Amino acid sequence: MSHTPANLRRRRIVMAGTAVAAAPALFNIARAQGAAIKIGFPVPLTGAFSAEAQDQVRAAELAVKEWNAAGGHKGQMAELLVRDDKLNPGEAATRTLELIEKDKVNFVVGSLSAATQLSINAVTKERKVLFNSISQSDTINEAKDWSLYTFHEALNPHLTAGAVGRYAFPKFGKKVVYLTADYAYGHEMVRGFQRAGAGLGVQTLADIRHPLGAADYSAFLPRIQALKPDILVLCNFGRDLVNSAKQATDFGLKQGTKIIAPVLLYTSRQAGGADAFEGILGGTSYYWGMEDKIPSAKKFNDAFRKAYGGAVPSDYGALGYAGIRSVLQAVKDADATDSTRVSIALRQLKYDWYKGPQSYRKCDHQSVQSVVIVESKSKNMKDKNDVFNVLAIEAADEKNLRTCEEMGHKVTT
Amino acid sequence: MEITPSLLALQLVTGIALGAVYALLAIGLSLIFGMLTVVNFAHGAFFMVGAFIGLYFMGLTGNFWFSLVLTPLVVGVLGLVTERFLVRPLYGRGIDYPLLLTFGLSWVLIEAMRVMFGIEGIPSSTPPELRGAVDLGIGFFPKYRLFLIFATAVVVLALWLFLEKTRYGLIVRAGSRDGEICKVLGIDIARVWLVVFGIGTAIAGLSGVLAAPTRAVNPEMGIHVLAESFVVTVVGGMGSLPGAVLAGLLVGIVFSLTSLFAPDLAELSIFVLMAVVLLLRPQGFFGKAGLMS
Repeated sequence: MSHTPANLRRRRIVMAGTAVAAAPALFNIARAQGAAIKIGFPVPLTGAFSAEAQDQVRAAELAVKEWNAAGGHKGQMAELLVRDDKLNPGEAATRTLELIEKDKVNFVVGSLSAATQLSINAVTKERKVLFNSISQSDTINEAKDWSLYTFHEALNPHLTAGAVGRYAFPKFGKKVVYLTADYAYGHEMVRGFQRAGAGLGVQTLADIRHPLGAADYSAFLPRIQALKPDILVLCNFGRDLVNSAKQATDFGLKQGTKIIAPVLLYTSRQAGGADAFEGILGGTSYYWGMEDKIPSAKKFNDAFRKAYGGAVPSDYGALGYAGIRSVLQAVKDADATDSTRVSIALRQLKYDWYKGPQSYRKCDHQSVQSVVIVESKSKNMKDKNDVFNVLAIEAADEKNLRTCEEMGHKVTT
Repeated sequence: MEITPSLLALQLVTGIALGAVYALLAIGLSLIFGMLTVVNFAHGAFFMVGAFIGLYFMGLTGNFWFSLVLTPLVVGVLGLVTERFLVRPLYGRGIDYPLLLTFGLSWVLIEAMRVMFGIEGIPSSTPPELRGAVDLGIGFFPKYRLFLIFATAVVVLALWLFLEKTRYGLIVRAGSRDGEICKVLGIDIARVWLVVFGIGTAIAGLSGVLAAPTRAVNPEMGIHVLAESFVVTVVGGMGSLPGAVLAGLLVGIVFSLTSLFAPDLAELSIFVLMAVVLLLRPQGFFGKAGLMS
């Protein structure tokens, strides 16, 4: 039987296909020989916070790429293992356990929601694997949940709400109404505001609790109108913030009342639009527009723009970047990859990855950092990313955190 | 806090505006159930699709009114296709088959919108001529929400005229009483079902485009309202249109007034209302006893 050209071509295709199929396997073997430093990254790729989570992944991948491009640790490269925790604490715990037991990760960085970060922390703490959390929580640093392996890169509600309160109360007035999502996040934020307001003579007219994920807030608004507050605080997050801001605007509450939010996210503002958020101010861990004032922000934004087609990183994205960079820097500093030694190095770390100087407080491993106060704008926007004015940056200061004793830590070294 | 008569009155108007959206959604659900005995779990998804398509047309044309007319037509056609090719093969197999089908369909629609418009949702704004609030004498109230009450009244009136005063409306009503006899009389009942399903989904789409300026538009926005519109439908009586309107407004008002006195119980209040109504009158306000059995 003679080979026809068609047969020849088919054979070539089959061989080429086999080579392509085998390539990842070869690549894996090559990597295994180099024994990569593996970092597990459980985040909610599906669910209500998936937009933020996907940005966390993009920024984390950038951090890994930069570190590898700089030569890694004595030629040892880093690898990111992303897993979807579906915004579910049980799923997060299972994925984390799998990352540790099956994938043999060296460290875990990630999470987005207080409940998942606590469940991830429970697993990593028990297995003595270093975990750097990149989502807001007050409780993760408290003595009962904390361990030598627990780090918290994100801001916490106490710090964020406090900074916004310290900025807004003296400027806009002392009579305050809270519209609060009825779960831990909302309650913690209200506590943060009330603490910041205590010394300033701030008076709470009402703390109205609304169910989490409500679509319509109009029924709460006549009462708020009647109370005539100087400030209305929307202590809610994501879509709840978008809906309540939109409806408060419709009811004309902005005439005579300043609306503030503890956490004003870039992604929420994009989803809600300029009209709904016009004039609302809030706190955030990061806004790309800080690059005018902060050189490390400029550097980070430029790298992100270059990697992702001109897109700018969001606040939660930036946390993914910092969370990974800190851990990888600590690997270098410790000259080791085991969690105990890296944890000790991380405690000593002074860093400025994207927003100015940061460090982890010794007693509870909370990252001491600045809080950015931003105001949403609807006019004179340079492009679609230009959504906030940076009003102030509250500098990193330990005194804005709850004390180590308050958190239940006995040893403060 | 002082409860003044004007605050109560404003709270009541807020409740009516809120109830208007519930009533609109429940009318569509009730129409489809009353006629076809299909529990349409995709109703919330059609509402969500209506909101997205409405914003899409608004983006294209810059005109809210154009979008308000066109969107229900597009969603209605989607409903026609759904009935013809998905729901129709399941007639006569019991209530759970179309229920499961429409439940699955709702996830398909949610996923489709995620793919087309992204997961974050898209910003929606109030049409310029309806922006701002007016002083009703009892306090400021958004113009757009007054328009919502008005639009609901128009739809309810139009539907009532169609069902009560037209020949086709007579056939629809006859079909809901006894489809078999209609068939014997030579009426193409399959076509009537098709039209009714189309009208039901068109109203869901219209509710979506009407609700869009008041809330965040995202792929999951229909899930929450579906539960609430089922509460309304059950309270009003499954399949009853006057029941849907009355119960919709009542649920809005109960939610609104509870929000004033005990905001954290507001969500619970509508389920308590449902429980109380069902205990006293298991078939709902205007429901026929035994329709579900």
